[in-house]
This record gives sequence, structure tokens and C-alpha cells, in this order.
Amino acid sequence: MADYTVPLRRYYAYYTAGFFIFIGTLAVLERHGMPPRWIGYSFLFLTIFLYATIGVLARTASVSEYYVAGRRVPAVFNGMATGADWMSSASFMGLAGTLYLSGYQGLAYVMGWTGGYVLVALLLAPYLRRFGQYTIPDFLAARYGGNLARLVGVFATVLASFVYVVAQIYGVGLITSRFVGLQFEVGVFVGLAGILVCSFLGGMRAVTWTQVAQYAILIVAYLVPVTILSYQVTGIPVPQLTYGQVLQTVQLLEERIFDDPSELDARRLFRERADGYYDRILTLPDSLEEERRSLSGRIDDLKSSNAQMRDVVSLERQRRDLPKSSEEARSHWDGLMRQAAQRGAAPDHHLTPYPGKGEAVNDDARLNFLSLVFCLMVGTAALPHVLMRYYTTPSVREARNSVFWSLLFILALYLTAPAYAAFAKYEVYTSLVGSSMAQLPVWVNSWGKIGMVSIEDINGDGILQLAELSLNPDVILLATPEIAGLPYVISGLVAAGALAAALSTADGLLLTIASALAHDVYYKIFRPNASTQWRLVVSKSLLLVVAVLAASVASQKPATILFMVAWAFSLAGSAFFPALILGIFWKRATPRGAVSGMLIGLLVTIYYMVRVHFDAIPWLGIHGFGMEPWLGIQSTAAGVWGVAAGFLTIIVVSLFDRPPSQETQNFVESVRYPEFDHW
Amino acid sequence: MQRRRKQQDYWRRNLRMTALLLAIWFVVTFVVSYFARDLANITLLGLPLGFYMAAQGAPVIYVLIIWWYARYMNHLDREYGVNDRDAED
Repeated sequence: MADYTVPLRRYYAYYTAGFFIFIGTLAVLERHGMPPRWIGYSFLFLTIFLYATIGVLARTASVSEYYVAGRRVPAVFNGMATGADWMSSASFMGLAGTLYLSGYQGLAYVMGWTGGYVLVALLLAPYLRRFGQYTIPDFLAARYGGNLARLVGVFATVLASFVYVVAQIYGVGLITSRFVGLQFEVGVFVGLAGILVCSFLGGMRAVTWTQVAQYAILIVAYLVPVTILSYQVTGIPVPQLTYGQVLQTVQLLEERIFDDPSELDARRLFRERADGYYDRILTLPDSLEEERRSLSGRIDDLKSSNAQMRDVVSLERQRRDLPKSSEEARSHWDGLMRQAAQRGAAPDHHLTPYPGKGEAVNDDARLNFLSLVFCLMVGTAALPHVLMRYYTTPSVREARNSVFWSLLFILALYLTAPAYAAFAKYEVYTSLVGSSMAQLPVWVNSWGKIGMVSIEDINGDGILQLAELSLNPDVILLATPEIAGLPYVISGLVAAGALAAALSTADGLLLTIASALAHDVYYKIFRPNASTQWRLVVSKSLLLVVAVLAASVASQKPATILFMVAWAFSLAGSAFFPALILGIFWKRATPRGAVSGMLIGLLVTIYYMVRVHFDAIPWLGIHGFGMEPWLGIQSTAAGVWGVAAGFLTIIVVSLFDRPPSQETQNFVESVRYPEFDHW
Repeated sequence: MQRRRKQQDYWRRNLRMTALLLAIWFVVTFVVSYFARDLANITLLGLPLGFYMAAQGAPVIYVLIIWWYARYMNHLDREYGVNDRDAED
């Protein structure tokens, strides 16, 4: 074992050192006048070139190498690869922003996305490794005897992973368009190329070794800016330890700012605006007609008074952009009303758990917090692309150790995310709120230009109030280098890190989808006699098809996609978790029980999500089916019901069913107990 | 038959440790968070205890749980003379 991990460690040490030298060189070049756009290009193309090199070097023609990296990945490296696989563009860019916007409530993600690994370590990884096949549907088929369980597994795998992979490719498009100035659609396809060079030739083997390389880049990129910022603000370069002090200051500032008279005034104005939209929605369709009439009247006035042509044109555009129908107006104004109402609402203290006035509101927030944590944990322990990674270690022992390394590497990011939120808040409260509109910091303007920061002086006093500022969550991480006044090279580094996070997750997910289709459906169900070579051809072609499909969906910029990622956890959790856990720990679970449990769990979750989140699906012509959430639980935590329904169904149906065959019982024992040497 | 007893013994010890660690996981995650509002007066590193636990305490305890489980089970494997022969698969 030791004989081949030593050179591996050496390679990656050289590689990391080389990356630092590269950053240093760019920093020097920037000082000598290299333009930012070139720095962006250098980071983009150098990192993709690096991943491509590893991808090509690790090409393979063996099935075992292609699906499970030959089961030779040492625990530490598998841990790093899992870390990169796990941390998506949502973790990298979105988490800090979520924590900024929702304070304590956002910690549900920190806890949920780390605590799930306890379930992986204790309940799943060692047993799956002892079973030792290729995919999660493989396990379901072996335990629940048959292709029905396998097919349901494949369906759930594709459902949960595809939404997730689209979101990653979407993230790549955003990063490349923002930092390198490529067009969004072009960025998506550059990302696609970056993903394919890693996974196409070498499958899991190539993906694993590029993920290790991507982990190094993403973690350096995440830690550097906030460490420097921490040093600037507190004099200690350990943000994880210093942000508590900073948040105490923030707490004091909040107490002063929240009740400031001009702040109250700005919030009142936003609430009045929200009420205005509300009235207009109630009086549809007359209000839309009224709006059009008043604009037409103003245009006529302007024309007759010989006003500037520019003003007339702008009003005409406004008239043209008015919603076409009552339906359209309703959803358009509803969005604006919510936006205004949100800005007009009293802000919550960052440090206060379950904020809000009144015990009922607090209890509701707590229930949602706890159920979201539950769903994220169970989902983590059920997402096939994570579980698959534990097939790649050399032994059960290494699988156990590997979960430890995975979480350790993941913590490096999750323990730092709250610090980003804290320092960003500190910066906003001390140098933004209360300053004159004419003299805002440079980063506000540069990110405002692309709509990430929006400012509106609603009370017209020329001073920025907190309520008048709204930030896109992603900006917290992306703007930190500028907030700290660091050179552009650090911004390029952050972009490279975000790219690494998105690419590595997309790789893992694509491979999971392709193996579910190629291995489980094609090989196991349709063509059990297919030759090894042909299986790899099918696998690679499917990978290509799925990747192109995902990229084309992403290039449509689907608006709800980021929201749907949270759903992937509930979907995966309710489909897989009960069946996997009971399959290992309850011999009595039967095939019928498992299949019905998976289906019912999945259906309950989908039913709840759709009915709570949507009120209408226009392209199906269905309207008005929205429902009140049960116990006030939001759609992102729908898995609570699905997982419960799944467990219940499996247990009840199995008890009414005949006990499983001796063969199945022996299988469960073979997964539970190791081989004993001497007895 | 002796093999059977040994297997059951091994499995029972595994289950006992799993249950204990899951109980810790549950308390750290759900019980502590449930009482987060009541823990606001105690502070650690400048943070109220409820906030601290969710942001740092719980995740660190998760790592320790996983580390301890791996250590315990790997020792158990050695004690029971387990041949981890999957390596040659």
C-alpha cells in the first residue's frame, strides 16, 4: 500500500507548490500592468488544462477502473476527492451568502451538510464497501432480489442527480461570464468541455484524481481572502476563531441601526409600495388598463409639450413592457410585492436563533430549522454520487477511515463560511450603511453594474439605509477580495476555486447518472452478455449525451434551478435512505416492501413539494392546486414526510409479506459480518 | 457453530457502539438546537452557545464521532482476526 501512496503524495505536493508559484507569478505580472481580463483567462485555461492533463493520463479501458477507480484509492485521497465531489457551487458561492442573509437560520446548512456524514460512516459506507459492486442500484437489486428494485433505484438516481448537475453547469456559466467576460452560453459549453475532459476517457479513475487536484484549488481559494480580511480587521489571521468577536460588534451595530428613524422610514416606504402592488393585484384587470391609460396620457402630454424625445421613448418602452395579460401581471406584480415587502420587513439579529415576534413564529422557525437539518443529513447519506465514492477504497477499513478524512476536508470550508458572512456584515454596517450615496465603495458600483448589488434611495435623503441595500447571496464570497482591497489576482483565484467546486461536483454526478443508465439499465437488464469493451463504449456515449443535455438545459437559465437543488436532498433521502438502512439492519425487509416504500416515499415528497411550492403549472394547464403546508413545514424540507412514509411503508408491507428467502438472509449476513480468519 | 457465536458477538458490539454514537449525534444536533434560544446567555469565542454549537461545535463533534467509530471498528476487526481480503478484488 505505502509503496504507491508515497509518490502520489509527492506529486500532489509538487502540484500544490506549482499552483502557488503560478499565483505568485500572476501577482507580479499584475503589478507590472497585466490587465484583469488576462488574469481571468490565465486562471480559466490553466486550471482546465491541468484537469485535462490528469484526465488524459488516467484514461482507462478496464470496467473496474472506469466505475470504481480499480478500488485502489487510499483513504486520504478518497477523502479529498469526496470533499470536492461534495462541495458544489452552492456550498462554495451560496453558503456564505445564505448565512449573511439569514444568520443563525442559515446554520441548518452547515450542520446538515456535515452531520450527514455521521450517518454515512456509521450506517452505510462500511457495508456498501463490503458488498463491493459498482452502483447503488446494484445494492438494491442484490438485497431486494430483482430488477424492479434496481429500476426504481435508477429512476431516483437520475431524478436527484440531473437537477443537481444542471445547477453545477449553470454555476460554471455564471463564473466564466462574470470573471472572464465570456457570454453565458459560451461559458456553459466551456464548462462542459472542462467536465468531459476529466470524465470521458478515464471514468471514475480520472474523476477521482482530478477531484483531488480540484480540492486543493478550491480550498486555497476559499481560505485565502477571508484569512487576509480577518488579519486586516482583527490582527489575527484565523477567521474561524475571530469572527465571534466581530459578530459581537455587529450585534451592537444592529441594535443601533435597526431602530434608526431614517431606517424605520425607509422600511415604511417599502411596505407602502408592497401594499400598492397588493391593491393593484386585487383590482385586476382594471388596474392594468388603468396603468396603460396613465402611461399613454403622460406620453401624449410630453409629446404635446415638445419634451425631449428620449423621455418619450423611455415612457413608450415602459408601456410596451407592461404585462400582456392579467395572469402575467399577477405574477409580475406578485414578485415585486414580495420584494418590496421583504425590504420593508424588520431585519433579524444575526445571532438570534429562530427570530421573530411571538412564540408561534419562533416555534415555526425552529420546526423548519430542525426539519431542514434532518432532510439535508438524510439526503447527504443517500445521494448516490457520494455513496459511490466508498466503493473505490481498497478495503472496508479504508472505507471507514475515508469517511473521517472526507468530513475533515469538508469542514475546512464549512467552518469558514460563517466567517465570510460575519466579516461581510461588519463591512456593510461600518462602511456602507449611513454613508452618502455619492461616495459608496468601489465594489458596490462594480457589482451593482451586473445586478448583484442593488441600491434604491427610496426616502430620497441621499444617505444609504440598510433597507435600501439588497445583495445577491453569491456576491458575499465573490466580492470579499475587493472588500479587503486585494489585487485582482485573488479575485481570479476565487473564480478558479468556484470553477473547481462546480466542475468536480458535476463530474461525479455525470458519472453517477451515466453508470446508472449504462451499467444498471443497459448491461444488467437488457444485455447481460455485452462485452467489456462494448459496455465502456455505451457508458461513454451515455456520459456524452447526458452532459450535452444538462448543458443545454443550463443554457436556458432556468430560474428555479437553485431552489430545486435543495429538493434533490429530499428526493434522494426519501427514495434511498429507508430502503438502504432497513436493507442492512432489518433482515425481515422484503422486496415488495422496499419497492413500495421507495415509490411511496418519493411520491409523498414530490406531492408535498409541488403542492406547497406551486399554485399552478401553466404548461400542464393546471391551476389553483396549492395547499397549506402541513405543520408549516416548507417545501425544501419535504423529505421529512417522504422519509417517514418510506420507513413506514417498508415496515408495514414487509410484515404482511412472506419473509425473505434464505438466500437474501445470507446476503444480509455477508454484508454485516466480515470474513473471520481463524475460528 | 462457534463461528456463528463469534459473528453475533461481533455484530452486537458493533450495534452497541453505533447506537451510542448515534445518540450523541442526535443530542448534539437536535436537542441542542431545540434549546438554542435558551442557551443564548452562555458565550463561547464571542458567540452564544446555540450559535457556536451549530457553527463549530456540532461539526467538530461529528468528525470525532466518525474518527472514534473507525478506530473502534478497526480494533474490533483486529481483535476478531478479520481478514479484510477485499483488497485483492
